[in-house]
Amino acid sequence: MSFPWAAQYTPTNPFMKWMDDRLPLPRLVFNSVGAGYPVPRNLNYFWNFGVLSGLALVIQIVTGIVLAMHYAANSEIAFASVEHIMRDVNSGWLMRYLHANGASFFFIVVYIHIFRGLYYGSYKAPREMVWLLGLVIFLLMMATGFMGYVLPWGQMSFWGAQVITGLFAAIPVVGETIQQWLLGGFAPDNAALNRFFSLHYLLPFVIAGVIILHIWALHLPGSSNPTGIDVKGPQDTIPFHPYYTAKDGFGAGVFLILLAIMVFFAPNFLGHADNYIEANPLSTPAHIVPEWYFWPFYAILRAFTVDILFMPAKLLGVLAMFASILLLFFLPWLDKSPVRSGKFRPQFKIWFWVLVADVAVLGYCGGAPAEEPYVMISQLASMYYFAHFLIILPLISRTERPLPLPNSITEAVLGKDHDAAQPAAAE
Amino acid sequence: MVRIIGFLVGLGFVGVLGYSLIVGAIAYTTEEEPGPTAYDYHHHAREISFASDGPLGRFDRQQLQRGFQVYREVCAACHSLEYVAFRNLTDLGFTEAEVDAIADQWPIQVPTVNEETGEETTRNAIASDHFPHVYANEVAGRAANNNAYPPDLSLMTKAREEGAAYLYSLLSGYEDPPADLPEEFQPGTGLYFNPYFANLNIAMPPPLSDGQVSYADGTEATVDQMSEDVAAFLIWTAEPTMEERKSTGWAVLIFLVFLTTLAFLAYKNIWRDQKH
Repeated sequence: MSFPWAAQYTPTNPFMKWMDDRLPLPRLVFNSVGAGYPVPRNLNYFWNFGVLSGLALVIQIVTGIVLAMHYAANSEIAFASVEHIMRDVNSGWLMRYLHANGASFFFIVVYIHIFRGLYYGSYKAPREMVWLLGLVIFLLMMATGFMGYVLPWGQMSFWGAQVITGLFAAIPVVGETIQQWLLGGFAPDNAALNRFFSLHYLLPFVIAGVIILHIWALHLPGSSNPTGIDVKGPQDTIPFHPYYTAKDGFGAGVFLILLAIMVFFAPNFLGHADNYIEANPLSTPAHIVPEWYFWPFYAILRAFTVDILFMPAKLLGVLAMFASILLLFFLPWLDKSPVRSGKFRPQFKIWFWVLVADVAVLGYCGGAPAEEPYVMISQLASMYYFAHFLIILPLISRTERPLPLPNSITEAVLGKDHDAAQPAAAE
Repeated sequence: MVRIIGFLVGLGFVGVLGYSLIVGAIAYTTEEEPGPTAYDYHHHAREISFASDGPLGRFDRQQLQRGFQVYREVCAACHSLEYVAFRNLTDLGFTEAEVDAIADQWPIQVPTVNEETGEETTRNAIASDHFPHVYANEVAGRAANNNAYPPDLSLMTKAREEGAAYLYSLLSGYEDPPADLPEEFQPGTGLYFNPYFANLNIAMPPPLSDGQVSYADGTEATVDQMSEDVAAFLIWTAEPTMEERKSTGWAVLIFLVFLTTLAFLAYKNIWRDQKH
């Protein structure tokens, strides 16, 4: 793994030597996130978000395990058990608010991580497998997040479960059978709540496993960097520890400060008032909306309003929603431009920012009620979303003329310093 | 190959969406102007501030006690408070003896089992009990209230958009229907017009009238004052741990800012000789 000039693990302590011969775990850590992993020296703050995602997962697992000690996965008492956690469990409110807001922050950092990958072409050869595994993690996160939102058994939990599993009912012929199989009944009830709890506890550990693969796949070619050009020699890299561990420590501090502000001073800001009403199958909320991190996809789902031939609108919406994520798996082969970084791709850069705005618009529409003008806006925005990945990217990767690339990372770094020094000298 | 298939799939989705958009746009431009909806007569909550607002907010215990008095003398006739226990009332500044007395004198008894015969019976509440349910079950609640079940109030300020301001506005916002109110929004039998309620007509009769309770601290018991007090009390019932949350929050933030500053200095120190 890694570059030939990577620092070698040489234990001096006799115990560590003994350990290294029997179970080289310290060596693995040294080579993965220690001084033995050379990293491009020019990473910017956007490269913090991988580590932050890992930190978010750890927070979710730790708080989740504590919550599971006090939560009761039974539709009769689930809602009351959450209130028990909020009121009677020592610091239970802290665990629950950390877990609920931590989920949102997990998605925030992962979305930034994904968009960083999109902008800097991190999905391109030789890192396709890193990208694909990352998307698997993203899908697992969505499943975990959805099932976790069902557990408090409030109104949005119940109706969200009804709507999301109802998506499978759109599949012709077998759809309703699939929905009943998923729920273990005709509507969300105790059977559904129990299996969702079981899976919600399981999937984070599956995610942790896929993260190990994600990092393994990353360490073969090594980290990408903002110029997108390959590491040419030892002068281009610095050891992960202490350089990036220090930088990630600072990033983690900022992340925790923002999380703490939400948890302690606006813990319900990202939630929905209806979820403080216990689930009631006989009373449908006026607006059923999923958690905010699903809104862009929810907007795509609802953008399909017209039946086409034998395809009902709902089925089209479901297909499009799944397609909107699945198409990302083909991205390394859709975008054939040999230049990785958007920095050197003048056309790509414009379309990238249009995509960012587009996803934000989709998110806004997904959270808004399903009425005009939001439906028309989501239709336009969904058109762009598909066109961006399936039409525009393949085309511009042929027609675009990239800017000249620096010869090496070191040259790019020194050039930047050189430019920065100029105005100072002139004054 | 991937790109050809992708291109076709992309064109397909864009085409279907474009078609949906055109159909929707035509329907949007040709459909008649809809008549007035309930939303046109609906009011957002009036602005009001509580002592517990903001990152430094603390409960005004005097106000919470007044709010509890309104709950006990007015609301509790119909509305339960099932997630709150009598013992929690010590947070409001009541002594344990006072809480014991409140529980003991609570008009609704708590179901229990006769220890000798095993028969179902009831007993007076004790401090460790939660507030007892007003009705034996939902059917009984509906039967007693014109088929409208009075909701539990424990979480009310968290379970409604605009929270406590909404409750305050709702309680003090009953009024005669406006003259131009269409027939279909007129309050039916057993319903009362209230512009802060989403459906405009609410089954709860105006619960408060001036001077309905007499406050021990001499505060004048206007409808406005009582609405505000009970809303403040329900902020507390929805989240009795709020003060602990905020004070912990400040300690955590101060620690994290210190830690992050150190982390930043460490980062700059380690990188000082590196060009990047």
